[in-house]
Amino acid sequence: MFEDFFKVVKQRFNDGIDEDEHKIVKCPRCQNNIFLERYEELHRVCPNCNYHGRLSVSERIDITVDKNSFRELDADMISGNPIDFPLYTEKQQELREKTGLKDAVVTGTAEIKGSPTVIGVMDSRYMMGSMGSVAGEKIARAFEYATENSLPVIMFTASGGARMQEGIVSLMQMAKTAGAVKFHSDNGGLYITVMTDPTTGGVTASFASLGDIIIAEPKVLIGFAGRRVIEGTIKQKLPDDFQLAEFQHEKGFVDMIVERRKMRSTLSHLLKLHGYYPQEKEV
Amino acid sequence: MEEKKTAWERLQIIHAKGRPTVNDYIPLVFTDFYEMHGDRLYGDDKAVLGGIARLKNMPVTIIAQVKGRDINENKACNFAMPHPEGYRKALRLARQAEKFHRPVICFIDTPGAFCGVAAEERGQGEAIAKNIAEFMTLRTPIISIVLGEAGSGGALALGVCDELAMLENAQYSVLSPRGFASILWKDASREKEASEIMMITAEDMVRLGVAETIIEEPLGGAHNDLDKISENIKEYLSYKIPEKCKKDIDVLLKERYTKFRKIGEFIE
Repeated sequence: MFEDFFKVVKQRFNDGIDEDEHKIVKCPRCQNNIFLERYEELHRVCPNCNYHGRLSVSERIDITVDKNSFRELDADMISGNPIDFPLYTEKQQELREKTGLKDAVVTGTAEIKGSPTVIGVMDSRYMMGSMGSVAGEKIARAFEYATENSLPVIMFTASGGARMQEGIVSLMQMAKTAGAVKFHSDNGGLYITVMTDPTTGGVTASFASLGDIIIAEPKVLIGFAGRRVIEGTIKQKLPDDFQLAEFQHEKGFVDMIVERRKMRSTLSHLLKLHGYYPQEKEV
Repeated sequence: MEEKKTAWERLQIIHAKGRPTVNDYIPLVFTDFYEMHGDRLYGDDKAVLGGIARLKNMPVTIIAQVKGRDINENKACNFAMPHPEGYRKALRLARQAEKFHRPVICFIDTPGAFCGVAAEERGQGEAIAKNIAEFMTLRTPIISIVLGEAGSGGALALGVCDELAMLENAQYSVLSPRGFASILWKDASREKEASEIMMITAEDMVRLGVAETIIEEPLGGAHNDLDKISENIKEYLSYKIPEKCKKDIDVLLKERYTKFRKIGEFIE
C-alpha cells in the first residue's frame, strides 16, 4: 500500500505535473487525498482506509462477470410519473442524457467464471439509486425470470431508499420486490445480496435484506434510517463506524465482508457450492 | 354531504387530540380479546399490540400499531413507532394465526418505524423486509385497515394484505409530509405544500390501487362518534373476512401478490 503511494508521489515529482492537472479526490471515510487516476486504477478502493467507493453499473459489470457474457433484460424501460410530481419527467430526461442510464438499476443475465446467473446492479448516480416503478418492476421481473429458468440471483445494492417523487407508489415497490424474492426463495433459488455504498432506507427494508447470503464491501454504509435523522432524534453525534459494513457484520446482519478484488472469485465459489456450474456450450 | 376536504385538512383531523386509537376500537369491534406479548427473541414492544379475539363468532388474530391517547400512553408506546422486536412480534403472531387458520386483521397507525441507535443495532431494515416477504405468502387471509397515519416501510410491514381499507380521513405515505419537505426541499415548514402534492389521502390510495375500500367516518371525523365508526369497521370486517376465507388459499395468495405486482408506472 505504501509502495503504491510512493509510486504516485514519485510519479508526480518526476512528471513535474501541476496539481491542478492531476485531479485529487478525497476519501469520504478517512478524508485522505487520493489521485483520481490512482483511485480509478484501484477500482475506487481507498488505498489508505480500504473504503470501497461507488462504481457505475458498467464498471461493476466489467469487474464482476465474464467478458461479453452480460445480456441486459428490460433495457428500454423508463419511468412514468405516477403522482404527477412537478418536473419529475424532465429531471429523468436530463439524467438519462447525463448518465447514459435509463434508471437506477440494470438487470440481466451473465456468467461468472462460467456459472450462469441473473444479476442486478444499482447505480447511485441516478437519483441516489432510489427505487421507483422502474427499479421495482425490473427487480421483480429479474427474480421471476430466475425462478422460471432455475437461476440464482445476485443483486448489487446501492440506494438511498424509496424514490420520493413517486410517493406511495415507490413504497409499494418494496412489497413487489420482496414478494418476488420470496417466490424465488420458496422455489429453492439462491439469492446473494452484495451491499455496496450506500444501502439504506426502503431498499434495506425490502429485497436487500432478504438474501440467502448477504455480502458487504468494506466500509460501506448500510442501514435503515439516515444518520442525521437518528442524530436528530437522540440529540448527539454518532460514532464514525455506526452503520458501516463492519458494524452490520458485528450485529449479525451481514454474512461476510468481501474486498472488491476477491468478489468475483467469492461469487464464483458460492455459485458452484450451490450447484450452479459452468454449462456446456453448444458448438 | 360534507364538502370535500384537502389532504392538509384531513391531516389535522388525524393528528388532533382525541382521535380514536386501536385501544378504543378493540372493545367495540371484538369480544374475548386476549393480548399476547413479546417476539420470543428480544422483548415486548409496546408500539405493537397483538392478540386473539372474536369478530362476531369467528376467532381472529389482531396486530396493531398503538398510538397513545395522552403523553404517558405515548411514552409507553413510543408514539406508535415500533422497534424491530415489534415487527418480529407481529410476525410471530401472524405465523400463529396461520397455524390455527385464523384470519389476520392489521390496524396500521404509525408515523413510521423508529429511527434510533437500538433499532438499527437490532436490524430495523431486516425486520421490516422479513415481514413484507413473509406476509406475502402467509397462508391465511389478511385484512389491513389504516386508522390514522401510515408512514413508510414501518407501515408497510403490517400492510401486505389481501385488502387494504382506509378510514376516510386516514393517510398513507412514503414518509411524512414534513420529512418529505425537509428532504426534498430542505425546508420542513413546507409541510402543507408537500401534503397537497404527495397524494396521501384515502381516495388517492384507491385510485392508485393501494387500497380497495374507504370506511366512512362520522361527520367531522372518527372522534365525533366512536360507536358509529366502530360499527362501520365491524360491518366492513364482518363482510370482508368471510369473503376472503371462502377463497382457495392458493388463489388468494396469487391475488395478494398481483395486487402489489401491478402497482407502478413505467414505459417500455
